[in-house]
Amino acid sequence: MSKQEILIKISGVNRVYYDTTGKATVALQDVDLDTRKGEFITFIGPSGCGKTTLLRLIAGLDSPQSGVVSIEGQPIEKPGYERGFVFQQAALFPWKTVEENIAIGLKARKVFKEKKLYIKDYIDLIGLTGFEKAYPHEISGGMAQRVAIARALINEPKVLLLDEPLGALDAFTRIELQTTIRRIWEKTGTTIVLVTHDVDEAVFLSDRIAIMTARPGRISEVITVNLKPERDRNDDEFIILRRRVLEKLELAGKHWSSRLIDPLEQPSISGVGEAI
Amino acid sequence: MTKRINKKSEPEPKTGFSTYWKPQSGWWYIGAVISVLVALAVDILVPDSQFVNTLPYQIFLEIFITILIVLWVISVKANSLRKILYHKAQFIFAVGIALTVWDLLSTKSNILQLPFFPGPAQIISVIVSERETFLISSYYSLRLFFVGLILGTILGIGTGILIGWYRQWYYWLFPILKVIGIIPPIAWIPIAVVVFPNSFIAGLFLIVIASWFPVAFMVSVGIASTPKVYYEAALTLGANERFLLTNVAIPNAVPDIFTGLTTATGFSFLTLIVSEMIGAKAGLGWYINWAKTWSAYDKVYASIVIMAIVFSIILAVLNSSRNYVLRWKKGISK
Repeated sequence: MSKQEILIKISGVNRVYYDTTGKATVALQDVDLDTRKGEFITFIGPSGCGKTTLLRLIAGLDSPQSGVVSIEGQPIEKPGYERGFVFQQAALFPWKTVEENIAIGLKARKVFKEKKLYIKDYIDLIGLTGFEKAYPHEISGGMAQRVAIARALINEPKVLLLDEPLGALDAFTRIELQTTIRRIWEKTGTTIVLVTHDVDEAVFLSDRIAIMTARPGRISEVITVNLKPERDRNDDEFIILRRRVLEKLELAGKHWSSRLIDPLEQPSISGVGEAI
Repeated sequence: MTKRINKKSEPEPKTGFSTYWKPQSGWWYIGAVISVLVALAVDILVPDSQFVNTLPYQIFLEIFITILIVLWVISVKANSLRKILYHKAQFIFAVGIALTVWDLLSTKSNILQLPFFPGPAQIISVIVSERETFLISSYYSLRLFFVGLILGTILGIGTGILIGWYRQWYYWLFPILKVIGIIPPIAWIPIAVVVFPNSFIAGLFLIVIASWFPVAFMVSVGIASTPKVYYEAALTLGANERFLLTNVAIPNAVPDIFTGLTTATGFSFLTLIVSEMIGAKAGLGWYINWAKTWSAYDKVYASIVIMAIVFSIILAVLNSSRNYVLRWKKGISK
């Protein structure tokens, strides 16, 4: 399934944010991680652990103060279509139909004429046949997220970056879309990096799970998911692994809260609890 | 007490505020037709006490009644048309009553006296007898209006894009736009009549000014307020800066272009009529002023009626094109 060839290399990355008063928040500290080609890797952690920042660094939407993020040996400097991104809110262009939204990558790259026949394939892939002419306000949040995935995939990116894409959806739609994402990954073989706070989702989808801690944001542990490709949420191994991830996260949370000085800034790991 | 359940009508939505509604009754529509018939009968049967050619008014009412009946016949098969007609029935009824009362007070009894308060028959008679003048005046007004509005809108969109997209342009142009934009365009009239060679170009200048600023302002706001996530999404899909402008920022500003255009249209109507009243030798504004000097108030009222019709049509066309272009927006389409 996953070849050993490294696609994305994150080494020694630091990212500090300064607010208007000049107070520093360390979003990422000395983060190292290699992502292999074709792999499904998930960043999981409490809010404020820098998982989204890390994903945005890979996308080129943000840059580190020190350290290097590179893809196939090339340092990432700016966003590009070979790193497709799916936002938490689908961020579809409301003035374009489903079909036109999916086509926008082709138009931006000026390959629309040659590749427009693919649009139908991607609409089929995400299961939205019949909704080609609908506008974003006419479809549900889950459908919008499917369109956002297709819109990124049509560029055949080297990696698909998913930033809590299912976070705003209801539980039922979320499970449905997890199955879709898994199917798409198996079908296309694209490398996928997912950011989530849902343990169940992480175990269901990933090859590896990078557990992150907050303040400063760093990767505390990487867990390999050795489950068979057909994943069953009620499977014993699945449950054991889920518990293991959760324990690591709670440990990371404790480790983190013991460092806190201000008791009002209690960490929220409610997102983690939800998934159980 | 009997409780009847009307299966055909849905219950009123409980939205917390009173929703606008009118009963859709066929009886009201019959009442509406009768009230216009009464207006016609009164005009034919009651003797005049003013010298007025009432024939055009009577023909107008006859056409009105014919249209009401023809629409009703068509609506027997077209459900949506019938709903609209029945919804408007009370209003048409009131119009019939108002025409009757007005006619009685003026032409029929001379309580409202000529020339300052003409009756409906007199106004319609003037519109018919002066139709050529009105056509020519409307033509001149509309020519000035559209050339000015189109030029102003093009300039406005251009300026708005520059200000909204480029920081340098924003820095230099936005303060100027803010200061000049709040000056009522008609304040430029004394300057315009001196600077420009003829009244058409002077009027054009004023209308361009009137439409330029609201459009420029709204477009710049629309472009500057594009959500960052749209840019980010486009960038990760392979967009370059030019693509961000043409395919993200400008489409995002289209609703604001229409808001600016609606304001611009209103300003332009005002500027058009005022500038014609002061400087021009043609057009509806000029005609009103000319009629006033002859104390021909029936002609003044007639031009006001014509303006109301022409401007309403322009606004209706603008509004429906807006609804078509913005059909992607929530709450715009049906």
